[in-house]
Amino acid sequence: MRIAVIVFPGSNCDRDMLVAVEKITGRRPALIWHKQSNLDPIDLAILPGGFSFGDYLRCGALAARSPIMSALHDHAARGGSILGVCNGFQILIESSLLPGFLLRNKELKFICKQTTLALNAESNCKLLASLDSKKTLKIPVAHNEGSFFADTETLSKIENNGQVVLRYTSDTSAYSGNPNGSLNDIAGVCSSNGKILGMMPHPERAMGAGHESSDGEKLLRSVFEAIIK
Amino acid sequence: MSNEPLMKFENAASMGLSKEEWLDISKHIGRLPNLCELGIFSAMWSEHCSYKSSKKWLRTLPTEGKCVIQGPGENAGIIDIGDGLAVIFKIESHNHPSFIEPYQGAATGVGGIIRDVFTMGARPIALLNALRFGQIDYEKTPHLVSGVTSGIGSYGNCIGIPTVGGEVEFDSSYNGNILVNAMAVGIAHSDRIFYSAASGNGNPVIYVGAKTGRDGIHGATMASTEFNVEAESKRPTVQVGDPFTGKLLMEACLELMAANAVIAIQDMGAAGLTSSSVEMAAKGGLGMEINLDLVPVREANMSAYEIMLSESQERMLMVIEPSQAEIARQIFSKWDLDFMPIGLVTETNRLVLRKDGKIACDIPLEPLVKNAPEYDRPHLTPKIQTKTNIKDIIKDISILDALRILIGSEDLCSRRWVFEQYDSHVMADTIIGPGGDSALIRVHGTQKAIALTTDCTPRYVEIDPYIGGKQAVVEAYRNIIAVGAKPLAVTNNLNFGNPEKPEIMTQLVQSITGMKDACNQLSTPVVSGNVSLYNETDGKAIKPCPVIGMVGIIDDWRNAGTIALPANTDLVILGQDGNVNSGWLSNSIYAKKIAKKFGGAPPPVDLNTELKCGKFILDCYSNKLIEAAHDISDGGLLVALTEMMIAGKNGAEIKLPININSHSWCFGENQSSYIVATNEFNEIARRSKNSQIPYIYLGRAIAAQELKISNGDIISLNELEEIYNSGLTKYL
Repeated sequence: MRIAVIVFPGSNCDRDMLVAVEKITGRRPALIWHKQSNLDPIDLAILPGGFSFGDYLRCGALAARSPIMSALHDHAARGGSILGVCNGFQILIESSLLPGFLLRNKELKFICKQTTLALNAESNCKLLASLDSKKTLKIPVAHNEGSFFADTETLSKIENNGQVVLRYTSDTSAYSGNPNGSLNDIAGVCSSNGKILGMMPHPERAMGAGHESSDGEKLLRSVFEAIIK
Repeated sequence: MSNEPLMKFENAASMGLSKEEWLDISKHIGRLPNLCELGIFSAMWSEHCSYKSSKKWLRTLPTEGKCVIQGPGENAGIIDIGDGLAVIFKIESHNHPSFIEPYQGAATGVGGIIRDVFTMGARPIALLNALRFGQIDYEKTPHLVSGVTSGIGSYGNCIGIPTVGGEVEFDSSYNGNILVNAMAVGIAHSDRIFYSAASGNGNPVIYVGAKTGRDGIHGATMASTEFNVEAESKRPTVQVGDPFTGKLLMEACLELMAANAVIAIQDMGAAGLTSSSVEMAAKGGLGMEINLDLVPVREANMSAYEIMLSESQERMLMVIEPSQAEIARQIFSKWDLDFMPIGLVTETNRLVLRKDGKIACDIPLEPLVKNAPEYDRPHLTPKIQTKTNIKDIIKDISILDALRILIGSEDLCSRRWVFEQYDSHVMADTIIGPGGDSALIRVHGTQKAIALTTDCTPRYVEIDPYIGGKQAVVEAYRNIIAVGAKPLAVTNNLNFGNPEKPEIMTQLVQSITGMKDACNQLSTPVVSGNVSLYNETDGKAIKPCPVIGMVGIIDDWRNAGTIALPANTDLVILGQDGNVNSGWLSNSIYAKKIAKKFGGAPPPVDLNTELKCGKFILDCYSNKLIEAAHDISDGGLLVALTEMMIAGKNGAEIKLPININSHSWCFGENQSSYIVATNEFNEIARRSKNSQIPYIYLGRAIAAQELKISNGDIISLNELEEIYNSGLTKYL
């Protein structure tokens, strides 16, 4: 399994993602610096969280124009798999690899908390195919711009196509509900072929062993299983 | 020498220098100084850089111990945590800038303290803060709380270091002068620590990082004078932070250090290029020559004075190994940062600056550092304080109504509104985040974890600064103990008013003495710190606030405890006997909020008992007798228990004692005590008797979502939680 974690200036969850991947797969993924313009064949590219280019201009907008991105577009065009988390999700949207927009949180504040996620049973996301949609996932968010938005037409299109993958949901805990005002409580979406997944919550921060939850590990494991198949 | 005009005393006075200091400066230079030279002297001799009012007393603090690698005097303190690892940490204030421009002031406070830590070769792994704002309903408070919170978050979140703990308090004495103290903690290999002393005649002096602008000019001097109503006109002296450049600078410096290229390194913090060049050269017993025309600037026509006194952020000065210069240049080019050789180390013991082909400054280095003034400012014999009569405090309301008022008050309610704006999980090693006694951060790739806390109770310090100084230390100590970690060392941030007033100097002297006694007895040396004086507005001083930041260690994070109460356990109070040691209401939050009785003697601090109880708790932890623990502090026993219930989502059923007033027992703020949840009550009782630790059986933790008191009172956990969580949000 060839996994590459793409590092932009200002990425700050690259190491956390590397640790998570290594814990699950037993192998250290390659770290690819954004100035590189070509990419050896890989099975999965991961865009980690952080503040690429300081979030200046718009979150992810500058990173979407980094040299590495053309290689990632080629990888996507070949049907390759990509996972973007938080800032990585923002970059995928700014690169038009995923639909919609991520706006500032409804309360105009950074928000760091646990959230409860439901996997959309209708989703066509190939990367989470092995997850049980009946079980919710507890995975934390930490972002300033995570409020998913799309025009009515796009929204109904991605809903109908099964491109909505994860939604914030309610349970009895203090962490229930939609933390940022996302339309349709959307926390993660995928590409129409189901192989590019972007999500605001951080699975690498829910890896058991000292973390409040191990559901992030479950989610990542499912992604890695999907790319082996 | 350039033909710049020479200065007069009036110029020196406007920079905060006294007549004597001015005469001294001319004597040391051998002539009158020019503007740039005077600026350098006034910054280095400012209270902020020279500690001239506090030095005499700071020297009395214990700074050595088995674990200490580096005490005060460097960028940060360093302690050994075994296995070749060291913890590097420091706390620093950014009070005045944060009042003038809360977002940038707080952000650059965080940025500055992070640089102090990575300058020494550590990767920063945690941030904490200690914040004091004005009265919650004062018109400026919501704006300042929002600005400071988002400023702190903006820097820590972006640079990717978790903000894991701290304190937030409100008091009218901070209406015109808030306190923003930020602490950074890093981990380094103990054989790979970097210091600031320059060495090697002829070695290149390199400027790296962001460009120099006109922001923050003479900030160190602003930090050393009182405030007045025109303070906001000083907004241009507040620095502007750029956490993105800070992140690049941190990564580039750590990469460069790993490449063995760095001989000496110093960040440009307070007094910017002045303090970094002066300290590097003076500590090395050498001189330095700098060509200011080579300094990367972002504005045209900056004078020598402006370049030397600018406090633009995200800049460092280094002396590097000449043979490694090319590697160093490549690393900085990878990170797209300026890398500019601007001068050389010399053997002259002088600081020589050139600008536009002329000499802009030529002054001896030694007097800047070694002959900085030191004052033994007059102080008074402290007054003996008496306890407020308990009859004047206790009000005729039910225990539950008192509890409702207290946990909903801005003094005791949840700080969630604040800490949810901080990324507390990034780096994925946060075991216990904000909201508990101590934060607990795993040392990456090991089982070890470090426990971190910041503490101070200004209302105690105001009335009895000696006890208040001790109490800040013991509260931090208990917070570390309560998670099962061993306290190691402290950093302190001494926030006071104008030390030229004897009553303020008394507070400073007495609290340092209290800290000294506590740190000695608890074996927690002071390894770094910061002094912030002149915290006054229009002649009125703040409540004195000597903050302690403490670091502790636990060998295996899996053995740590939290405050979250598990159901079906026994509840025990350790450190109180239900008689003479219980129920101190004088100067408590109960007295303040319910009886509106301010002042009165604070609870006494018995260091011997603290030490004994602390060791006992750790002993119980290592024998697996503890399921959850919480120290008793502000608000007393019932507030502590409520916090445990809310965190654990379980209820409790408790017994009131018979021989003590129930209000003083529930809400008294006696020191050296803890609530412990256990499955082994008999064993704890047996060990307590053997160790002569007083204890009281409090009751049971239950799965039912309610608090039941033996007098028949019942309240649902839902209601408690609702009150607790809405305390701040209704104002902000």
